[in-house]
Amino acid sequence: MPGTATAALRTSPDMLLARAALWAAAALFLVALVLPMAVLLLRAVEDQSGAFVGLANFAAYVATPSLAASVWNSAWTSALSTAIVVPLAFAYAYALTRSCVPLKGLFRAAMLIPILAPTLLPALAMVTLFGNQGLFRPWLPEGFSVYGPWGIVAAQVFANFPHAAIILSVALATADARLYEAATVLRAGRLRIFLTVTLPGATYGLVSAAVVAFTLAITDFGIPKVVGGNFNVLATDVYKQVVGQQNFNMGAVVGLVLLAPAVVGFLLERWAQRQRAATLSGRAVAYVPAPRLARDAPLLLLALLVAGVLVGIVAVAAWSSLITFWPWNLSLTLANYDFGRFDADGWGSVATSVQMAAFAALIGTPLIFIVAYLLERGPSQGPLGAALRLAVTMPLAIPGLVLGLAYILFFNHPANPAGVLYGTLAILVLNSIIHFYTVAHLTATTAIRQLDPEFESVGASLKVPLWTTFARVTAPISLPAIIDVAVYVFVNAMTTVSAVIFLYGPGTKTASVAVVHMDEAGQQSAAAAMACVILLITATAKLLQLAAAGWVERATQRWRSR
Amino acid sequence: MSVATTRPHAVGSGAAQAAAPYLSVEGVGKSFGRFAALSDVSLHVAAGEFVCFLGPSGCGKTTLLRAIAGLDPPSAGRIVQAGRDITGLPPAARDFGIVFQSYALFPNLSVGDNVGYGLRGRAWPRQRRTGRVKELLDLVGLADQIEKFPAQLSGGQQQRVALARALAPEPGLLLLDEPLSALDAIVRHSLRAELRGLQRRLGITSIMVTHDQEEAMAIADRIVVMRDGRVEQSGTAEDLYDRPATAFVAGFIGRSTAFDAVAEGDAIRTADGHLLPCPAAFGFPRGETLRVFLRPEHLAFGPDISGQPGAFAARVAAVEFHGGLCRVSLEDRRLRLEAEAPPDRLRALGIVPGAEVPVLLPPARLRLFRA
Repeated sequence: MPGTATAALRTSPDMLLARAALWAAAALFLVALVLPMAVLLLRAVEDQSGAFVGLANFAAYVATPSLAASVWNSAWTSALSTAIVVPLAFAYAYALTRSCVPLKGLFRAAMLIPILAPTLLPALAMVTLFGNQGLFRPWLPEGFSVYGPWGIVAAQVFANFPHAAIILSVALATADARLYEAATVLRAGRLRIFLTVTLPGATYGLVSAAVVAFTLAITDFGIPKVVGGNFNVLATDVYKQVVGQQNFNMGAVVGLVLLAPAVVGFLLERWAQRQRAATLSGRAVAYVPAPRLARDAPLLLLALLVAGVLVGIVAVAAWSSLITFWPWNLSLTLANYDFGRFDADGWGSVATSVQMAAFAALIGTPLIFIVAYLLERGPSQGPLGAALRLAVTMPLAIPGLVLGLAYILFFNHPANPAGVLYGTLAILVLNSIIHFYTVAHLTATTAIRQLDPEFESVGASLKVPLWTTFARVTAPISLPAIIDVAVYVFVNAMTTVSAVIFLYGPGTKTASVAVVHMDEAGQQSAAAAMACVILLITATAKLLQLAAAGWVERATQRWRSR
Repeated sequence: MSVATTRPHAVGSGAAQAAAPYLSVEGVGKSFGRFAALSDVSLHVAAGEFVCFLGPSGCGKTTLLRAIAGLDPPSAGRIVQAGRDITGLPPAARDFGIVFQSYALFPNLSVGDNVGYGLRGRAWPRQRRTGRVKELLDLVGLADQIEKFPAQLSGGQQQRVALARALAPEPGLLLLDEPLSALDAIVRHSLRAELRGLQRRLGITSIMVTHDQEEAMAIADRIVVMRDGRVEQSGTAEDLYDRPATAFVAGFIGRSTAFDAVAEGDAIRTADGHLLPCPAAFGFPRGETLRVFLRPEHLAFGPDISGQPGAFAARVAAVEFHGGLCRVSLEDRRLRLEAEAPPDRLRALGIVPGAEVPVLLPPARLRLFRA
């Protein structure tokens, strides 16, 4: 080779492979996200026969009083639940990060319980407690009904509490002790320090928490389905239009109306995230609270109360699932867990859910991590990278119902060769991966960004291919994050209703959909039992992750110890 | 192809021009959008030579190193290594080892695995690989640390491991990107000498990027001073110090007194009207504004100066004690001068702040540049 003065190959084989992988990921997002959403848009401006009608469907939507009323109903119930959740979550997060309350680990665990359950579970518990034959019925005022806004708001406070509390704990945990010392030295009182240091530091966290709580509330389907009664909201409207009236065009219109707040919320959240990142200084000294009874005692009381309610609601659901015949025969039985008596699929729907969630985790995790790695450390990408970066953030802005609807419209189209997927487990898995992609991608990206940016350069200078460095260094170091991603995808795929309610077929009904069906059939105890089974499975997955943490630590993180 | 076997022994900078250069950079440019990080950079590195790229931050020195490594390929020009045009080659197809400021050691691999990371394939059967890893760790004095993880080592030890890892596959060229900057002063000094010794012994052609001129002067055969993406001057430390080619180099390398003056035949006139003899001013048209540089150790002062042509009295503004040498700040109206002398001499001359002392700017020592 010496003497030849030609720049033969510009790209090494590993870079070619990396580029091919990125193209494959882009193709996947085209088929599984962009095209379905495009078809959804298209269907909103067509009539039933497929002719272009412009905005006629939107005009019809606005002119239908019951549909237009749903917008207002969705807006005010979501706003109310947000207004309750955010201050409550702030106080709870404050107790966890800025006080010396004992049992912080337990409180943290209790805070996460609602995430592990489908939103149907708190809704069913509300019915058990405050329903027409509820436990507290005798003490409730005449004419009060849990079916409607009150039930929706109460169940949503439970379901969305952990999301707000997690964001606020992170926001409050990153405080600069120097600011507090400076304020104290300048003789500011406690209230003044709280108003001038603590609150401003948490402002963007509060914005994020509020936006997330509101978006989750307005896009949730399970809660209004169970306790909504005749109180119409956007999410149940989509379902009624599609499943009840088979009016896909109007369903698409309502779906787009539902998409609007989700997209606005998504953009607001990203703005708040950026602002928050800008306020963090690398030289901050961590704030460590000192014990103070006047602050710690009330916070402990509050934390006990909140954690008690969170655990209590799950306990109520579990208890109601064991009741023989509500409310006349309160003796305990396991008969409600004999799902074959209530639903044709019986325990089969649980198996379907576990399969779907496991495949989504097993296929989705490597996909998500490798794409994140290539976007961060791969070859220079130009427009392909920019397009893919946009595509991976989009799912967060798309409510599950809207994505599910887009999937039926796209995959069920007679001209689509991918239509064979419709009604199979494969489409459920694909939908789950895309639906929960963004958060998992961000987790992976954060882990990868913590690695030295020169690892790949060192590998290349030593003539080691990119994939070897990935397998020997990047993946082992990031194993905890990879497991996080897998468990996240698994848990969410287990609990979701909205994304799969349109997509299951004969033999692929999921456990969460079975809960909806049993509830519709008036089998509340069996529905609660199925919701508890889901919770047990997700909780087991989470506990396995914790148990595996020790093993993972020894196997791949030994180098961290000094 | 193995450069390792044909590598000649270390040669001084004098031989650099004689032999065909090992590495040639010809008219290399690199732009990021509209910003030109490098423009028309050309330089040659002889086999076995140790070259430093020196310059303030943002001068393009790291960009040039990364272009040579193929990590950020240049947008213009040609890079030839050992007779082979490597301009467009990916890093893996080139022949170099690199050490980064951050070390970039793989934290989950042991010291031995890190050093052996590049020793793969048929050329490196297990036995040869373990032997080579041992050899290199011996070379950097860390043979007893082979089982440890990087986090268990000190910064200086980590940098040695990074060096051993870069050298393990016997590259023809060693690239060092601010390798000592993350270390504290004492370790930096000892590691600097060690690095130089190792390079001499192995005779490996090396390029180091640094912003520390003392480091560059101590270690390099030749220094390439860069500024705004261009090469200002290239030469030995003595060349740069005694014969700076530009005002930037004169001001950047070493300490200097600097002031503006106007050329007047065989003399220069300062802003305050001092007429200082200076034959070098002949090279400039009368009336041209010049930037004048004088090293502190060249400023003459004391009673024996008075009466000589061009001598005048200056007031002592401050005296800084630096151990073996003191730094004296002198001023006469707007002209500020700096001098250096041992403390004993200052005491003998009675030089204390506020004192008046005759000074002389030796004509032959003045360096003149167009302002």
